[in-house]
Amino acid sequence: MTQSSDLEPVVRPAIPKPRAHRSSVWRGFFGNKKAAFGFGIFAVFVVIAIFAPLLAPYNPQATVFTPLQGPSWHHWFGTTATGQDVLSQMIIGSRVSLGIGISAGIMATALAILLGMLPAYLGGKTDTIFTTITNIMLVIPGLPLLIVITAYVHQTDTWTLALVLGLTGWAWGARVLRSQTLTYVRRDFVVAARLAGASHWHILIHEILPNMLSLVVANLMFATLGAVLATASLQFLGLGNPNSMSWGTMLYWAQVGQALLNGAWWWLVAPGAAIALFGSSMALMNFGVDELTNPRLRQARRISKEFSRKQSRRPTHD
Amino acid sequence: MKYLASRVGFLVLSLWAAVTVNFVLPRLMPGNPAILMLGRYKGQLTPRALHALKLQFGVTNTPLWQQYWVYLGHLLHGNLGLSLTYYPVPVGQIIAQSLPWTLGLVGTATIISMVLGTAVGVYLAWNHGHFWDNVLSTVAMFTAALPYFWLALLLLYFLAYVYHWFPLAHAYSTGINPTWSWSFAFNVVRHALLPALTIVISSLGGWMIGMRNNMIQTLGEDYITFAEAKGVKKGRLMFQYAARNAILPSLTSFAMSLGFVVGGALLTEVVFSYPGVGYQLLVAVQNEDYPLMQGLFLVIALAVLLANFVVEMLYGKLDPRTRQGQGGAYS
Repeated sequence: MTQSSDLEPVVRPAIPKPRAHRSSVWRGFFGNKKAAFGFGIFAVFVVIAIFAPLLAPYNPQATVFTPLQGPSWHHWFGTTATGQDVLSQMIIGSRVSLGIGISAGIMATALAILLGMLPAYLGGKTDTIFTTITNIMLVIPGLPLLIVITAYVHQTDTWTLALVLGLTGWAWGARVLRSQTLTYVRRDFVVAARLAGASHWHILIHEILPNMLSLVVANLMFATLGAVLATASLQFLGLGNPNSMSWGTMLYWAQVGQALLNGAWWWLVAPGAAIALFGSSMALMNFGVDELTNPRLRQARRISKEFSRKQSRRPTHD
Repeated sequence: MKYLASRVGFLVLSLWAAVTVNFVLPRLMPGNPAILMLGRYKGQLTPRALHALKLQFGVTNTPLWQQYWVYLGHLLHGNLGLSLTYYPVPVGQIIAQSLPWTLGLVGTATIISMVLGTAVGVYLAWNHGHFWDNVLSTVAMFTAALPYFWLALLLLYFLAYVYHWFPLAHAYSTGINPTWSWSFAFNVVRHALLPALTIVISSLGGWMIGMRNNMIQTLGEDYITFAEAKGVKKGRLMFQYAARNAILPSLTSFAMSLGFVVGGALLTEVVFSYPGVGYQLLVAVQNEDYPLMQGLFLVIALAVLLANFVVEMLYGKLDPRTRQGQGGAYS
């Protein structure tokens, strides 16, 4: 009893610590107004995407209504030039748009974790090489590169698009995660884990990663936002598969169908607003996480004027 | 000196990467320009004519590394091949015609956006937590999430189509000839206003938030508190002490975001039929004009890489810490 309890604490403290850290992060996340609001919008979108076929009032492909009707009680967001219901298209289209955005965001974040943390941890030549690759990816203009790639890949179906976006969108996250990892690699808890004989992977995933969880989450949102906007741009240019139903292809058909010359503003406004709203939810959550991880952004007001009030508030905050 | 060498090295390396991507991509995909030309003539080409086209486009069966050297040699001489859309106009000529429009429009709009956004950011940080800080930082988040081209379409519809405040498309009225006169300059500016406005609106938020957050960070530093305690005047504290340091990260993102801005402006050009690089890129994509596409991508990449290089050099001058390079991570 005495001997084992003497040995236990050496290994133990490292394991429950991240869990405690994580739960406090989540509590803070929903305590932050911006983050909670952003998450609310995001959750609504996800629910709509999941239950899309049940929620859509009409068949989005059916060309049975009077073309170019303005918003009305029957067609909340009007109809297209071929007589399709815009609201139904938006609801069904959320699946592809969210699907591409989120899966590309996850892929980019996973790559950012791998290509940012591992080289920083290993150091030396590996670090130099990977940092250079990351920096090159960062400065090569993204959208023109995407346009050129999708123009060459002739059959750009939904998942090719997500793959291309994921493979090109990791650089910024890798850079951020790398510099954060650098601040951890020589900390005592990492050195202790190494001395205890933990493998590189164990240290990276169980010791360092939990400390950077908020950064990873912020990066996930940033990458998703970027992917959603890039998808919309590419599809608007007709580079996706124009026959798949998504917000970007809706904009493409609105442009092809000369929505503006026909005065059919609703056809353009609706899908664009959906993209903007979803993007804002990501940006809001990102900003909220930023405020949580950077205590200075959270302080109510600037220095001296509020000095006394801030002092009294500080203990309750952290 | 070592810093200069490392930056030049990086410039060359990234240029080489862009060039190589440009070389490899088309060769991973089936078909070649001559075959595409053949398709354009609906197959009505004799085998000899096809052979001639192949020679003209430099399609050969020589080993890849040899093709690579020939390609690099051509690039060094500024030879980007012939456009398929505007056949037989050289790609270089099309780029030379469209580049000034993009540089003029996007360059001006980006500088306006950065200056304005940074100034507002300083103000917001100084009044952190007050009314305008809350309102504007929320609005900025929304504009950052807007699709550029969608905003452009809406502004085009409401301000140009419905209210006729601005012209609908193109860089200058179709009836007039480009001359160096005041009336022509006025015409060009009138046409550039709306596209510039969309670029400014959609990129302003990023600058604002970036500067605001950096500035808040800087305002929390001890030396600011000390300066304030010492009785430094408000204006001096705000600009000479805080903003000067807070702007450094903004400069890096200026370089980084150039690629983003060129990319976003690309769609703005498409929406306004503005005859810049982005519009030509779309024309090239729609016509499967690979030589033009490659040339345009290279020019865009070159512009962004050079701008990045200049900013990095400037940054090294402004912030001595960057010149020392980064230490190793794990030894």
